Amino acid sequence: MRVTFTVNGRRHEADDVWEGESLLYVLRERMGLPGSKNACEQGECGSCTVRLDGEPVCACLVAAGQAEGREVVTVEGLAAYAKEREGSARTGDLAPVQQAFLDAGAVQCGFCTPGLLVAADELIERNPQPSDADIREALSGNLCRCTGYEKIMDAVRLAAARTDDGAPEVV
Amino acid sequence: MEFLRPATWEEALAAKAEHPSAVPIAGGTDVMVEINFDHRRPTHLMDLGRIRELREWEVGDDTVRLGSSVPYSTIIDQLATELPGLALASHTVGSPQIRNRGSVGGNLGAASPAGDSHPALLAAGAEVEAESVRGTRFLPVEDFYTGVKRNALAEDELIKTVHIKKAEGPQQFSKVGTRNAMVIAVCAFSLALHPEGRTVRAGIGSAAPTPLRARAAEDFLDAALADGGFWDSGRALPPSLAREFAELCSGACNPIDDVRGSAAYRRRAVGVMARRTLGWTWESYRSTCSGRTTEGGSQCA
Amino acid sequence: MAPATGPTGTPTRLDEGAGTRAGVGDSPLRPDGTLKVTGDFAYSSDMWHEDMLWGCTLRSPHAHAEIRSIDTGEALRQPGVHAVLTFDDLPAATTHYGLEIQDTPVLAHGRVRHHGEPVALVAADHPETARRAAAKIKVEYEELPVVHDEASALGEGAPLLHPDRDDLPQGPPASSGPGGTPSAPHVPHPNIVHRQPIVRGDAEAAAGRADVIVTGEYEVGMQDQAFLGPESGLAVPAEDGGVDLYIATQWLHSDLRQIAPVLGLPEEKVRMTLSGVGGAFGGREDLSMQIHACLLALRTGKPVKIVYNRFESFFGHVHRHPATLWYEHGATRDGKLTHMRCRIVLDGGAYASASPAVVGNASSHAAGPYVVDDVDIEALALYTNNPPCGAMRGFGAVQACFAYEAQMDKLAAELDMDPVDFRQRNAMSRGSLMPTGQPVDAPAPVAELLRRVKARPLPMEAQWESVGGETDVRALPGGLSNTTHGEGVVRGVGYAVGIKNVCYSEGFDDYSTARVRLEVVGGEPVALVHTAMAEVGQGGITVHTQIARTELGVTQVTLHPADTRVGSAGSTSASRQTYMTGGAVKHVCELVREKVLRRGRELFGTHHPAWATAELLLEGGKVVTDGGEVLASLVDVLGEEAVEAEDEWRHRATAPFDLETGQGFGHVQYSFAAHRAVVEVDTELGLVKVVELACAQDVGKAMNPQAVVGQIHGGTTQGLGLAVMEEIVVDPAAKVRNPSFTDYLIPTIADTPTIPVDVLELADEHAPYGLRGAGEAPTLSSTPAVMAAIRAATGRALPRVPVRPEHIVEV
Repeated sequence: MRVTFTVNGRRHEADDVWEGESLLYVLRERMGLPGSKNACEQGECGSCTVRLDGEPVCACLVAAGQAEGREVVTVEGLAAYAKEREGSARTGDLAPVQQAFLDAGAVQCGFCTPGLLVAADELIERNPQPSDADIREALSGNLCRCTGYEKIMDAVRLAAARTDDGAPEVV
Repeated sequence: MEFLRPATWEEALAAKAEHPSAVPIAGGTDVMVEINFDHRRPTHLMDLGRIRELREWEVGDDTVRLGSSVPYSTIIDQLATELPGLALASHTVGSPQIRNRGSVGGNLGAASPAGDSHPALLAAGAEVEAESVRGTRFLPVEDFYTGVKRNALAEDELIKTVHIKKAEGPQQFSKVGTRNAMVIAVCAFSLALHPEGRTVRAGIGSAAPTPLRARAAEDFLDAALADGGFWDSGRALPPSLAREFAELCSGACNPIDDVRGSAAYRRRAVGVMARRTLGWTWESYRSTCSGRTTEGGSQCA
Repeated sequence: MAPATGPTGTPTRLDEGAGTRAGVGDSPLRPDGTLKVTGDFAYSSDMWHEDMLWGCTLRSPHAHAEIRSIDTGEALRQPGVHAVLTFDDLPAATTHYGLEIQDTPVLAHGRVRHHGEPVALVAADHPETARRAAAKIKVEYEELPVVHDEASALGEGAPLLHPDRDDLPQGPPASSGPGGTPSAPHVPHPNIVHRQPIVRGDAEAAAGRADVIVTGEYEVGMQDQAFLGPESGLAVPAEDGGVDLYIATQWLHSDLRQIAPVLGLPEEKVRMTLSGVGGAFGGREDLSMQIHACLLALRTGKPVKIVYNRFESFFGHVHRHPATLWYEHGATRDGKLTHMRCRIVLDGGAYASASPAVVGNASSHAAGPYVVDDVDIEALALYTNNPPCGAMRGFGAVQACFAYEAQMDKLAAELDMDPVDFRQRNAMSRGSLMPTGQPVDAPAPVAELLRRVKARPLPMEAQWESVGGETDVRALPGGLSNTTHGEGVVRGVGYAVGIKNVCYSEGFDDYSTARVRLEVVGGEPVALVHTAMAEVGQGGITVHTQIARTELGVTQVTLHPADTRVGSAGSTSASRQTYMTGGAVKHVCELVREKVLRRGRELFGTHHPAWATAELLLEGGKVVTDGGEVLASLVDVLGEEAVEAEDEWRHRATAPFDLETGQGFGHVQYSFAAHRAVVEVDTELGLVKVVELACAQDVGKAMNPQAVVGQIHGGTTQGLGLAVMEEIVVDPAAKVRNPSFTDYLIPTIADTPTIPVDVLELADEHAPYGLRGAGEAPTLSSTPAVMAAIRAATGRALPRVPVRPEHIVEV
């Protein structure tokens, strides 16, 4: 079958899609967007987290056909997505969470990173000053095996602090 | 495999009638795992995501009409007042990402004994509205679960709505898992007080081939609360009463040993959860009624 | 036959972060960091090639069976299928591989020895086509009796896993070995892979001096590395009949040594490039799909990609050895250890993997970081039909640490002493002897590490109670599952300390290779560093840029992708890469520096007497004297001509352990970490919330302080996982019951506490920069510290990890 949907603001189309393929497979293998990761393919790790019509979801559990006509944001489009949300006030090529993950040392092997970034970015969008308990709850669907999460906590706190101090919230 | 995309409920029913083996998919949180891991190869996959009314809900006088695809995150955010037990249960489902996609309809369709919403539905009281081209049926949720991962749906039926009684008293939900988040229930328990009818209902999950109500425990507690005049007095419950209720809840279980936990542990844990949730709900009930008595009301209920 | 276009996702040179001055001891950004946060970093599963095929593996549903027949006909006839391979299709005389013992068939031959063993391969144009075809391969099995524990493995008439094994060095003595089967004096049964006794002093006599003796039997379950990036890679057939393999591994050259003979190719025709690696933790030491992808690519003439899903990944790599450990310790009334005796039985599963080395590690670390002169130790690994076990972070020392630390607490309790005080009285220090007789000839701050974790203020009590009287269940055992609002919750505090070797041991020729080139690019001196080190997330590449900056005085450092075009770097294992490839980069930078200075003397030596007389350094892009005087710029010295050097670098030599006494200078370096765990236990439901897991570790030199703390956090959390949730459940039929992330649970962010870390830097003069390998030690002590805390909260013995709720509530 053919599926057509928008990824990171661009219309994408894929042909000859097997009906059992997931959104994750189509993104990775047919649309040249392998940033979303394939760690478990059962919704238990969050590495494939993307925004589907704004909601963070596991792309591995969305049938490709279900994405028809919808809007998807992946880690590859996160910087542009954040920039648009925050208006032109922000400079730099990375979204605040991306920069914070680098600065805080929250990236080791990096396989969990794309999903965590999408989830963390959505958390800060929804809750600009999350408590530690809020961060842990929001990211409890994203497994990381390298960092013990401490520096991920640091990164999200840092991103939230920077977002709060920096560009004014777009109301 | 064929992918069906009905745009309306009527189209979906027609498609299900034409292809009874079609597997409906909404959030995909069960179905896609089975497909990804090669456990299931249905002839047809039917996406219910385009049918708007399945994602809608409505609060009526006595019940909440919950569209079968309303995601758990919506229940948590929008329905915690009307459906507190189900909202608590929804909060224990998988991860935030799963809660954004998974739904009560999916839980019912899969009918896993470990589904998180079942105990809360059983405790609150709910009816499943199943429909096919042949017509509509309303099934009490107790009758919906027929076996491990089996339910009462006919092969041409789909779940349209779940009608859940609005809470008229405190409700609680507890779930034991071996991790503090994103975990399948080892066992789960939900308790709802129904002060208007002066009854309690208790739902147990993952401790028998199907989710079930702890009827003997409910009957015991109904009688004990009535006999002791507790509903009116709002007095604290004696520990012996809570203990007996807990034992009866344990006794209602018919669990197995599996990789998630032993049968003996499940029995024990259900008892502990029963005792604790009874404590929490009753304290909550007392606090609301003590407020009323100071205003001059004579009765709690 | 070779495809016209190249693959996408091939690694590129990394020069991210160039321009920073950050050298050794700083924490610059990772060179691969920006790629990783933008999604542009290509992992092995991200590789893609036009016209590529997908490989799929058919695996055994049985743990032990004879293969009567395999019929691939129907599978081959499926549209879209390009090849189906079985053992009979292997192209070369070499059909088995293995890290130490080549006992693992590339595809099952006549017999399967464990659940999930690869039997056949399919290549097709879509993964689903390949899966459907694999399902059509007809394999006729006849099930055989299963060997699944020590009793069944060593009992009378036990089926032998490898009746024809030829790895035993000393040959079969006539008297031992059932039925004339192979054995050796130190390996009394052919179902024992390896056995290492260690005897020092006289434990029997010393036991007589003990005022108290405690014994215990402990069990450690099978832990999985659970790296997030599943096994995957792309094999591309080449014009010359060879193959290019893009792969996630821990050691390219070890893979190569095992792959090439099976393909019937000389090593130079198997060109390997490291793709992005999604974690490893020991699980990528053994081969998984490497040979399979190459075989399919060579057979079909097309690029072949194989990506395991999580289910298959649980069968695709070895796990941590489950262990049963019997311990006896004695102590005098004043709290001094008299002796220890132990027996450690490790389940190696169906194939040898790293079992011999794990046995060596378990036995040589069996006494822990304590002074005890009279020891009698035996460790062995079994062959069984359980899943093969091998390397995982901590490597034999993890299992021992869980047991000896439980023993220390028992002894302290028996003597009515504080458990930390008791440990400190017996803590080893510089100069102490290991059970192997090897002196610990570097700082061993065991008592100090314990002092530091103990001195920390304890975290606030009852953190779930908020000011408004509301309960935040997220701070309680069970979390959002809402199982308690404080009822039944008891706090416990526990301590543990561990010792772990660094680098390869027992006489292994352990080396690493680096190639460094210094040249002027765009008017600036740039160092290009090329090694075959597998960056698996640990941050070794960051350290390489730091070393090059420090040694060569440049800011611009470019990293060449790791591949087999340069010599071996050894494995990213045994906490060894910063020591070894870091050491190699340092050494080769020194060679480059010498060449640069030689050229400088030739060109400018007459301009200034200091060229001949002073100690010269490279700093800030200049040649300077040790007094800081600038003699020339690097740009002028280098001119148009690059300076390059390549060399191997070795740590000091070690020696094998004596097979009967275990004596020998077996290890290169030791590393130490201590933990204090604070837990809240729901004593009625058996659920645990770890509140804080403080660690103190000596790292010799914090080459990159941010990264080393990250290692300690990660290792600590894996230890926490082993304590309370992680186990591959294998039933008595040797079948894996939980090969998924639904039922094999690793800690989420909601299970992981704050992990305050105290880093000590006591230099080891034998090591480059005085550094000490850091990756593994925190994994050791974390588990027993958490268990000690749970015991403190519950009063239960809890001799097994992972502990389950039913153990805590004893039902």
